[in-house]
Amino acid sequence: MKVTFPHMGYLYVPVRSLLNSLGVEVIVPPAISQETITLGTRYAPEFACLPLKVNIGNFLEAKELGADTILMAGGVGPCRFGYYSQVQREILSDLGIDLDMIILEPPQGQWRLLLRGLKRLTAKASPLAVYRAGALAWAKLKALDFMAKEMHPIQAREAVRGRTMRAWKEMVERIDDADNTKAVQEATQQGLALLRKIPLQTAKDTLKVGLVGEIYTILEPAVNLDIERSLGEMGVEVIRSVYLSDWVVTNLVLHTLHLRDDTEHYRLAAPYLNHFVGGHGLESISSTIEYARAGIDGVVHVAPLTCMPEIVAKSILPQVSMDEDIPVLTLMLDEHSAEAGIKTRLEAFCELLQARRNRQQTCHKRNCDVPAQCREGFTFEGISRN
Amino acid sequence: MEVVVSPPTDKDILDLGVMAAEQETCLPVKVCYGHILTLAKNVDCLFVPRLISCQKDTYICPKFMGLPDMIKHSGYNLPQLITPTLNARERRNSWPHSLVRAARELGFSRRMAEAAWYQARQELSLYRKKLQQGHTPLDILFSRCQPDVASDHNLLLLGHPYNIFDEFVNMNLINQLYRRGYRVITPEMLPPRLIEQKAAKLPKHLFWSLGRLLVGTASHYLEEGSVSGIIHVVSFGCGPDSLVGELLERRAKKVSQMPFLLLTLDEHTGEGGLITRVEAFLDMIEWRHVS
Repeated sequence: MKVTFPHMGYLYVPVRSLLNSLGVEVIVPPAISQETITLGTRYAPEFACLPLKVNIGNFLEAKELGADTILMAGGVGPCRFGYYSQVQREILSDLGIDLDMIILEPPQGQWRLLLRGLKRLTAKASPLAVYRAGALAWAKLKALDFMAKEMHPIQAREAVRGRTMRAWKEMVERIDDADNTKAVQEATQQGLALLRKIPLQTAKDTLKVGLVGEIYTILEPAVNLDIERSLGEMGVEVIRSVYLSDWVVTNLVLHTLHLRDDTEHYRLAAPYLNHFVGGHGLESISSTIEYARAGIDGVVHVAPLTCMPEIVAKSILPQVSMDEDIPVLTLMLDEHSAEAGIKTRLEAFCELLQARRNRQQTCHKRNCDVPAQCREGFTFEGISRN
Repeated sequence: MEVVVSPPTDKDILDLGVMAAEQETCLPVKVCYGHILTLAKNVDCLFVPRLISCQKDTYICPKFMGLPDMIKHSGYNLPQLITPTLNARERRNSWPHSLVRAARELGFSRRMAEAAWYQARQELSLYRKKLQQGHTPLDILFSRCQPDVASDHNLLLLGHPYNIFDEFVNMNLINQLYRRGYRVITPEMLPPRLIEQKAAKLPKHLFWSLGRLLVGTASHYLEEGSVSGIIHVVSFGCGPDSLVGELLERRAKKVSQMPFLLLTLDEHTGEGGLITRVEAFLDMIEWRHVS
């Protein structure tokens, strides 16, 4: 059994580690490239959302490398992600490609299916080894999330562009190479030291931008055209709303055990959106409110084109933007999105944010009330369809 | 209480909706915005339920779930909104509960509200019975009949009710099929239990109510083979149908080589283009019969 799985940011590091320590042979698909996206788009339904298409590309490229089994997550709706695996299986089998699928998802009364999937993955490992594998993968995931959080403020202030990105790549490699939890800790310490060594610009007052939206487009740089890096290298500090480890805890573990608690999100979003709408629609609203109240300069909202929960969020965000006085830029991404287009929009958005901040500061210095035009939130749209 | 119903969809309603709604939303949401804004001027209260689920363990779709909030924050002046949450996902009889609660908030007694619910349910079951006798909702409304044609002239028209039964949105599709001498079969004409039984055969529980309806109906007729073709009407950008439609089309090809036409509707769809596609499809079906 040679197992592969779809890419989502640095998810491949903990998953590879997990499967390797369970004694399962792993084929990590090649990093997502334009070819991957083109390949996926060719065989996927035209109006499916982007992640499904990119997944197909991943599977086909991994098949070339010899994979024979796919490990995939699922869900119970209403977001389309819950039915991805079924459609992908049909597409692959119609292409005559023989790939087995192990689907891990919250069981709807079908615990047997979930257990069977888990059993296939853990067949070669003793219970102790399973525990160790889980602990190691979890440590790696936590370490990567921690590093990403540490990296954002430094990237915005680095004196030489690209130094932080280089350090980040090295950190990912080191954490990937670690083969026990202690080594992961050491790698984290080394990574932190690397980050601390990066020379910073002195006394730079950076803009802060929150990144909210659909998890896949937030986490996968090849799909969001490296939004985090683009913003960072414009000297803007990114505050990301979703981290993989949080998602694993809430969606995979707590949801399955019916212990999920989103009260804080619900409470914040309630005046605008009083019911969950699947995916991260509600979280997009609540995080935007949270950021506005924390004094963050603006919010970038990303989602795949036709993403249902995020369309609901996008319909409501203009009102949130106005009431909470925070500018919001929505970027709907699909296979035709291009880096230059996204970058131009981001640059324009950040210039507006900077101008807004300057105005507010001058008004503040002159000790007068902030005039209405400075307080106005503004929303403008970026879509990839032209 | 006086009830005002919005007029049938027309160009003005559609234009109003297209202007008001988020551009990424699908056509039905835009049409719905149009209807709501048309009504908003003449009423004191607007009934915009939050539709979560019609049956156990399913959802309608996220946009339905967020509709009252989307409307509320669209920046228009609206009268008071009545937005009961209709959710049969966990409890079967939660619909009457929330409707009765909404009525009581408007100042009606529990007794009146419950009586109204029972009456509505009786009307509904009468209507359903008529549907299952093979009438489309439009036939019932305008008291007309399906054409009297040979039994091999049946077409299965799949799609969400708000698309296939809105004559403005689908450019009079059903009438067009009648004129060409076809009987039209829609998911509403099959007993729900049969549909559910067929939909349950999918390897994974399908969690969209309307998707189950389409899959169940399609599998029934693909097995039975009593229709000459399938027309699937979807709105551009419809999330569930982008996957359900794909499954249907693949199955139609694999199982019985049944002719399958996918019609995508949006606010830019022109009548000429639609008619041409439908006519070409019907010609193809007829040539198959000849050869």
